[in-house]
Amino acid sequence: MEFLTAHGPALLFYLFAAMALGSAVLVVTMRNPMYGALSLLVSFLSVAVLFFLRNAEFVAVVQIFVYGGGIMVLFLFVIMLINLHRLHEVRMFAQSAPLGILVGVLLVALFVFSFVGVGFGPALATPENMVSVEGQAAGNSEAVAWLLYRQYLLPFEVASVFLLVAMVGAVILGRRN
Amino acid sequence: MQELRDILGPTLFYYAFSPAIKIAVVVFVGVLPLISYLVLAERKILGFIQVRTGPNRVGPWGLFQPIADIMKLLVKEDVIPNKAVKWAFVLAPCLVVGPAFVIFAVIPFGPSAAQTGGGLDYFITDVNIGVLFVVALATIGVYGIIIGGWSSNSKFSLLGGLRSAAQMISYEVPQGFSLVIPLLMAGTMSLQGIVGAQLEQGRWFLFAFFPFGLIAFMIYLIAGVAESNRNPFDLPEAESELVAGFHTEYTGMRFALFFLGEYANMIVISAVAVTLFLGGWARPFPNVEALSFLDASFLPAGLVGVLWFSLKLSVFLFVYIWFRGTFPRYRFDQLMDLGWKWLIPLSLVTLFAVGLWKVLLL
Repeated sequence: MEFLTAHGPALLFYLFAAMALGSAVLVVTMRNPMYGALSLLVSFLSVAVLFFLRNAEFVAVVQIFVYGGGIMVLFLFVIMLINLHRLHEVRMFAQSAPLGILVGVLLVALFVFSFVGVGFGPALATPENMVSVEGQAAGNSEAVAWLLYRQYLLPFEVASVFLLVAMVGAVILGRRN
Repeated sequence: MQELRDILGPTLFYYAFSPAIKIAVVVFVGVLPLISYLVLAERKILGFIQVRTGPNRVGPWGLFQPIADIMKLLVKEDVIPNKAVKWAFVLAPCLVVGPAFVIFAVIPFGPSAAQTGGGLDYFITDVNIGVLFVVALATIGVYGIIIGGWSSNSKFSLLGGLRSAAQMISYEVPQGFSLVIPLLMAGTMSLQGIVGAQLEQGRWFLFAFFPFGLIAFMIYLIAGVAESNRNPFDLPEAESELVAGFHTEYTGMRFALFFLGEYANMIVISAVAVTLFLGGWARPFPNVEALSFLDASFLPAGLVGVLWFSLKLSVFLFVYIWFRGTFPRYRFDQLMDLGWKWLIPLSLVTLFAVGLWKVLLL
């Protein structure tokens, strides 16, 4: 019992980190696209749990709401609509293995380098890494709102304009006539 | 409450009202009986609307009908189609019911201990992201329908699942926007905090920022009916075209679980509407002194809160059944038109107007 109360969050972290990574691997190895999409959903939800463990409840719930509730439903919709059974016969992985290995190695190197600065171990909420906004202990959503709409207002607005452009572009491409 | 604590002693008192006990009470004393009798009420009210009597054979006025129904569903043969994806077929009903029940954890059925001066919170928990939590879990529920429709390996089921996915995507957006409006009015996302803000401001958010509160409420109600797949938006299970939609292949208790989920979703959506727009557990017109007899001070304040909450909730549940009895089903293109061309723009304008009002005038 004492072991659980002391190390519970860390154990949960390793469990859900393993789930997130494992299901992410399944996303690319599953031959049935439906299974792939469901694995991606599991991965998203596990990442949401990791956010909860970091006391970032706002980001966690938005992760469930936007990725779990919105984007994955759209994916599933498309997969069900265009029946992808024929994909079974297609070679799944790209032909150029050396290029793939190169990109993979570079990515791993990038991760390792960024970990070396931070150190390894479960990312959990501790009193030291709680950030206060404007010197006040604000709730999670208030802190995010303050950063987004005060400190990083311009990048935030630019990003939203980009999204709007992408949306308009998709609509124009979709309308043939 | 204080006397009870003195009798039991603090430790026993704590365990008697610990979250686990509360969850058991909410699920087994509150929600499950409510759902089974909601089904009976629905059949009775539909019978009344259609000038017939409804179930009246089992027990007086058919009062034991739900028990008979549950017994029947439990002992029925459980059929899993030969070509179904078995694990997904079994998992799907649970995915519908689970999230719907988890949401009850944050619904404030009554006042907190601090508000009544007693030792008991009349809710399971209060989280500072309450509204978002509700919305996020409600969106997870649609996976049960999609996966159920897909795994049945039947055309009707697949079409039902597809329709549900499209409907959910379309109505989530106006629902989300209409939920932001009470948040703006209250300045907090905690459901208990929103009820508190309505008490403090002495008005239901339905009437606040007139007419924007009312518009937001209407949008939420329409989107809520669509999200719970009820008439007139029950296209995922449209009997006249899809047999039974996403649950065509389901039998026995698995089929009943889909229904359980649908009714639990109805209750959740009504409870959130009551909390956000109709003052939650507070009595009507909390600012009018002359009506203070409605607080029924001879009863514990918490119980009176729960009573008002249940009364408001039952009005919504009646409206749901009333809709089913009176509205014809929408066509799919009409459904999409209503969502994308009316509700989303309207909710955006309302949100903008309330924000502007709050910035300029308050």
